[in-house]
Amino acid sequence: MNFDPRYSGRNFSSVGTRPIRPDGVDKVTGRARYGADFNMAGQLVGRVLRSPHAHAIIRKIDTSKAEKLAGVKAVITAKDLPDLTDGDAGMYDILDNCMARAKALYDGHAVAAVAAVDARTARQALKLIAVDYEVLPHVTDVDEAMKHTAPLINDTIFTEGLEEKPVKPSNVTKRSQFGHGDVHQGFGHADFIVERSFKTEQTHQGYIEPHACVASVSSDGTADLWVCTQGHFVYRQHCAQLLGMEASKLRVTSSEIGGGFGGKTHVWAEPVALALSRKAGRPVKLVMTRDEVFRASGPTSATSIDVKIGARKDGTITAAEATLRYTSGPYAGTWAEIGAMTAFACYKLENVKTVGYEVLVNRPKTAAYRAPSAPMAAFAVESAVDELAKEVGIDPVEFRIRNAAQEGTRSSYGPVYGPIGIGPTLEAAKNHPHMKAPLKENQGRGMACGFWFNFGGQTCTDLNIGMDGSVSLAVGTVDVGGSRASLSLVAAEELGIDYSQVKAIVADTSSLGYNDMTDGSRGTFSSSMATISAARNAIKILRERAAQMWDISVDDVAWEQGHAVAKGDNHGNLGKLSLKEIAARSGTTGGPIAGHSELVADGAGVSFATHICDIEVDPETGFTKVIRYTVVQDAGKAVHPTYVEGQYQGGAAQGIGWALNEEYIYGKDGRLQNAGFLDYRIPVCSDLPMIDTQILEIPNPNHPYGVRGVGETSIVPPLAAIANAVSNAAGVRMTHIPMSPPRILAAIEAEREG
Amino acid sequence: MVEVTLWGALGQVAGGKSKVEVEAKDIRELFRKLAEQYPGIEPWIDRGIAVAIDGTIYRDTWSKELPPGAEIFLLPRLAGG
Repeated sequence: MNFDPRYSGRNFSSVGTRPIRPDGVDKVTGRARYGADFNMAGQLVGRVLRSPHAHAIIRKIDTSKAEKLAGVKAVITAKDLPDLTDGDAGMYDILDNCMARAKALYDGHAVAAVAAVDARTARQALKLIAVDYEVLPHVTDVDEAMKHTAPLINDTIFTEGLEEKPVKPSNVTKRSQFGHGDVHQGFGHADFIVERSFKTEQTHQGYIEPHACVASVSSDGTADLWVCTQGHFVYRQHCAQLLGMEASKLRVTSSEIGGGFGGKTHVWAEPVALALSRKAGRPVKLVMTRDEVFRASGPTSATSIDVKIGARKDGTITAAEATLRYTSGPYAGTWAEIGAMTAFACYKLENVKTVGYEVLVNRPKTAAYRAPSAPMAAFAVESAVDELAKEVGIDPVEFRIRNAAQEGTRSSYGPVYGPIGIGPTLEAAKNHPHMKAPLKENQGRGMACGFWFNFGGQTCTDLNIGMDGSVSLAVGTVDVGGSRASLSLVAAEELGIDYSQVKAIVADTSSLGYNDMTDGSRGTFSSSMATISAARNAIKILRERAAQMWDISVDDVAWEQGHAVAKGDNHGNLGKLSLKEIAARSGTTGGPIAGHSELVADGAGVSFATHICDIEVDPETGFTKVIRYTVVQDAGKAVHPTYVEGQYQGGAAQGIGWALNEEYIYGKDGRLQNAGFLDYRIPVCSDLPMIDTQILEIPNPNHPYGVRGVGETSIVPPLAAIANAVSNAAGVRMTHIPMSPPRILAAIEAEREG
Repeated sequence: MVEVTLWGALGQVAGGKSKVEVEAKDIRELFRKLAEQYPGIEPWIDRGIAVAIDGTIYRDTWSKELPPGAEIFLLPRLAGG
């Protein structure tokens, strides 16, 4: 990579404007193609048989009757997906999650699949598959799963990270620890100490579009996969490895995406669809039902967290400690570790210690959900911080400002911070009119901070200039939040042309080099860096072509505002050449003009946000209404401010749902009781006020335009901000998310009864 | 010579040390030398380690130079959503 990513400071023409999104018309007219909209001639319908048991040994699967049913073209079990993972434990877990092998590990775990000529036949075939289960005791609660008496989910797991090697297997796969200083000593200096335990229930990302794909495996071993995903290159790698294919022989095309939020970073049905197609010799379409999405695809962790924070009378925190227990489903994860790293990241602390425990339970395999693990940790910490501020007698915003991390602060997860934006978001919140607006009876105001790391990653981009001067931009990061618009703005900015001259597409895996997926808030951060690099490479060629057309040295040609300009006293009489004029002559000056870039975008820069919200609680029913909500967040540089605001609003909306209503409810039998949007309540427009946003722009020193990722941080503060608001409105500290009406009512009644 | 701080679990693999000194000019050399000095670290490098240089986290740019006097902190390589 020969590209300098450092922030240069510049005035912008296109970046920072708000043009209409290029995919908008297709989406509002229904022309846009999502995962389930793709069809092929001769396509079969795939359906998956799922375990009704939370934990069971699979003694035997008899598929003979299903195979004999007319119209059934393939039936597969784990035998059709042999273990080719070569000792890669993470990939083995993915394989086992796609199709259970020795045991079914949760209600909804796939155990077999069929491909048939139509959906009716496929459903009939599933009923003809006989699975002989030996039902085992199960555990779904995080605290119960940690007890030594809990049913063991995997008897080969011995807890990692303990000082002494354990001699017995456990549902705790790993212990991690972060911090510095001496918390014991720090608490000794505290005048006030708050110590509380919190719980958060498991939620789903709740994307409206279910997982969907069409797989077509040819008899020559090549294959195509059309799929709704956040990362088609990663899906290609995983599917190819699981099916024993060469990656280059599997072409994956990403569809439009109806929401992902981390849940579409993971293969679920895709290897199954490919295995079905390989066996049937025909294309197979596999679309999950909503019930399947809930039961078998990526929820976030359920958690149990203890927090202890101490402060002096002057409001200085002297010590902070947290123990975080996160479920990871039935497979090992690192979710508590992330929670332990992010929990106190907003604060300047001399003494801090966090310990994380990864806990196996009989629930679906945990997947990333927007700033994964951070919202739950922030809920616990920010609730305790709010309570501590009250005990000390300092305004909660002022208390946070007094203790906020700043440049030079040693972060709670280890390194010393460079320039960061927590202070400015708190100051902006303090000065926001929202903080001074009057409240009515039964209303409460809450605020909270949030932190997220943000990531970059491998990125590859092509920029092609047509002979008419229009520009095609091919990127490999899936557009989950309007990145085709933002990347077109970046290309237009760099080339000095109008936004309307640029058309961005997401290229398939055979048309472009590898790209990491769109996660970690990296889509616009990484691909804009690659787009700038590709555009600069194209400008180099444009200057060379202009030099040819003028018959002068390329060293005398500069690129200014979309034109080649001849520099120097000898060329004073030469007029400017536009990109369009140079492109028109490209056929006789060396052929097509293009810019390519492959790079690793690193140095994404950590991100902070502060949220304020007002809630009204009905003390008779526990019903809540969000009255007002404000998001303040640092974007570095908002390339397309409307989409940045959309990310802020979207994160807040999801956080509101998580805080107030959403939860997985399991019965005593270990079966999910509410696998549908009627019983799993996400907020709709009528539940929400207009979410106000304030974009701060503190440039990221590691991006040419100062861009930071914005997609995830906005879901970190809401659980805590809302909990603080509800607690203030109801007059009782809420410690269990979601704060559904029954839970609020119970807390109010318990407080009344003393 | 740079001083490198290891997070808890990695420190256990390095014989219980939380800080080690390594002669390395960039991340690639740092990982190579660490694997030579502490063979138990190699699987961790394969699984992914992020390197914070003066607070900025690098996950994949192994050519990144380690400036003299910089704070070098190793962290788990994390996933986003």
